[in-house]
Amino acid sequence: MRPDLDYIQRWVNPTSRVLDLGCGDGSLLALLRDHKQVSGYGLEIDTGNIVECVRRGVDVIHRDLNNGLDDFDDQSFDTVIMSQSLQQTTKPDRIVEEMLRIGREAIVTFPNFGHWTTRAYLGFRGRMPVSESLPYAWYETPNIHFFTFRDFEVLCHERGIKILERTVVDRNHEANWKIRLLPNLLGEIALYHITR
Amino acid sequence: MPTDIPADSVGLISPQTATFDEPLPLRSGRTLPSYQLVYETYGTLNADRSNAILICHALSGHHHAAGYHSMDDRKPGWWDACIGPGKVIDTNHYFVVSVNNLGGCHGSTGPTSIDPATGRPYGPDFPIMAVRDWVKSQARLADRLGIERWHAVIGGSLGGMQALRWSIDYPERMRGCAVIAAAPKLSAQNIAFNEVARQAIASDPDFHQGYYMDHDTRPKKGLMLARMLGHITYLSDSAMREKFGRDLRSGTLNFNYDVDFEVESYLRYQGENFSDQFDANTYLLMTKALDYFDPAADHDNDLARCLSQSRCRFLVASFSTDWRFAPDRSEEIVRALVKARRPVSYLEIDAPQGHDAFLFPIPEYVDLIKGFLGSLETGGAA
Repeated sequence: MRPDLDYIQRWVNPTSRVLDLGCGDGSLLALLRDHKQVSGYGLEIDTGNIVECVRRGVDVIHRDLNNGLDDFDDQSFDTVIMSQSLQQTTKPDRIVEEMLRIGREAIVTFPNFGHWTTRAYLGFRGRMPVSESLPYAWYETPNIHFFTFRDFEVLCHERGIKILERTVVDRNHEANWKIRLLPNLLGEIALYHITR
Repeated sequence: MPTDIPADSVGLISPQTATFDEPLPLRSGRTLPSYQLVYETYGTLNADRSNAILICHALSGHHHAAGYHSMDDRKPGWWDACIGPGKVIDTNHYFVVSVNNLGGCHGSTGPTSIDPATGRPYGPDFPIMAVRDWVKSQARLADRLGIERWHAVIGGSLGGMQALRWSIDYPERMRGCAVIAAAPKLSAQNIAFNEVARQAIASDPDFHQGYYMDHDTRPKKGLMLARMLGHITYLSDSAMREKFGRDLRSGTLNFNYDVDFEVESYLRYQGENFSDQFDANTYLLMTKALDYFDPAADHDNDLARCLSQSRCRFLVASFSTDWRFAPDRSEEIVRALVKARRPVSYLEIDAPQGHDAFLFPIPEYVDLIKGFLGSLETGGAA
């Protein structure tokens, strides 16, 4: 099991209704269905991923998240999940607001632009960072909004969003005491469990 | 003519006929006292009768969806690309049923059939069918064939509307519902095109208010015009550009009012061909069934409430260049299903062919349907 999925799974209640934004090949929803009897949909833009979701029996709706989520009713899902895609959307703050309009709770995971290697890359080399968790050159990256854990927490504070739980891990999705001490410097991927 | 039947073809097929003496009450308030349905089946029904798939046809379609009727056939059935051994709808695995709808002109009771009350062809007096009437008649055929529950009901365009109607009227009788290139109801523009088609037929001097068979004639010109118009709406702008461009029939402009461009010649050919094979009253009836289709109307125009009765999993698919039933129209169905908390998957397939795309074996479309049918077996997730 992908370790990040395992973390997310812990925050989802059995038999709840889940909306997975940018659900990829449906791994997470298949896992939640098989282990937690969860129902719901994935939203996905890539045709190959959609076909794979359908093949494995995961309900998926073709959607560009940048076109908004207006047609989903308020509080119509228990949990809205967005895994590793927030930095790829044109209006991440709007997406987070929408996630908490549609769902009672949300789970967001994203890469940390504040990791020390990224800071060092830009600081010393003077070039946009390329790393294992951010593997793209500046001109071809799908990641169009870079932000750090601290940035995200400031946004949550400003918008009155409560952080229920936070897990910060390295690229292997492992946490250790150093990361816990200096998450914004040493953590590579964060998982936030938020609500209003 | 197929000199050899391809290995992935269902081969030579004989249509079958089922006769029903139980009257069929219709949405119009009228009743069809007795009728017959012509249908074809491909593959074998398994022991627990769980592998049956119903194919619903579109406006000008019929029961002959796959294979050949004789070695002299120029072309196989209309969805042969997708039905056959090893194809998307794999007849090694599924038992496929394809019916000619009532009101049609390919063998099922319709305007060209003899009205037992008068001993003459029904003609324009054949009752106008609603999509729900077709579905009811298909359910009776399912009873006759011993199929309690379809593995899936599949249809494109008007066929997709029948599949949708099935999910509302017979929720327990299907595991899956594939609604392809369809709409939850026609728009004013859709109805407008149908009206022009009907007027083209009605204004043909050979129409005789629909009693043309009594005059031993057929409104061929009108039906040809109707088909030409329809055909334009089935293709995308880019597909026509790609296929014909501004190519000239004889290489030069003629400066008369005959055919100059290839596209004109193509439309005339299609129209003429069609008017030789199709009945004008059937065409009128089919366009009316389309116009009247609006399942939400019985539920305060709330499609979500209407679809909340369904119990199957849905696959909704649209095509990027389809402007007759554009992707937005499919998304209306998807939105309603999400609102009703019903299981649905949706894909807009990037395809240049326009509305007609639903007939083509486009790779991702094929994979999608295959994946959907397979997932229904394992149960899948709600």
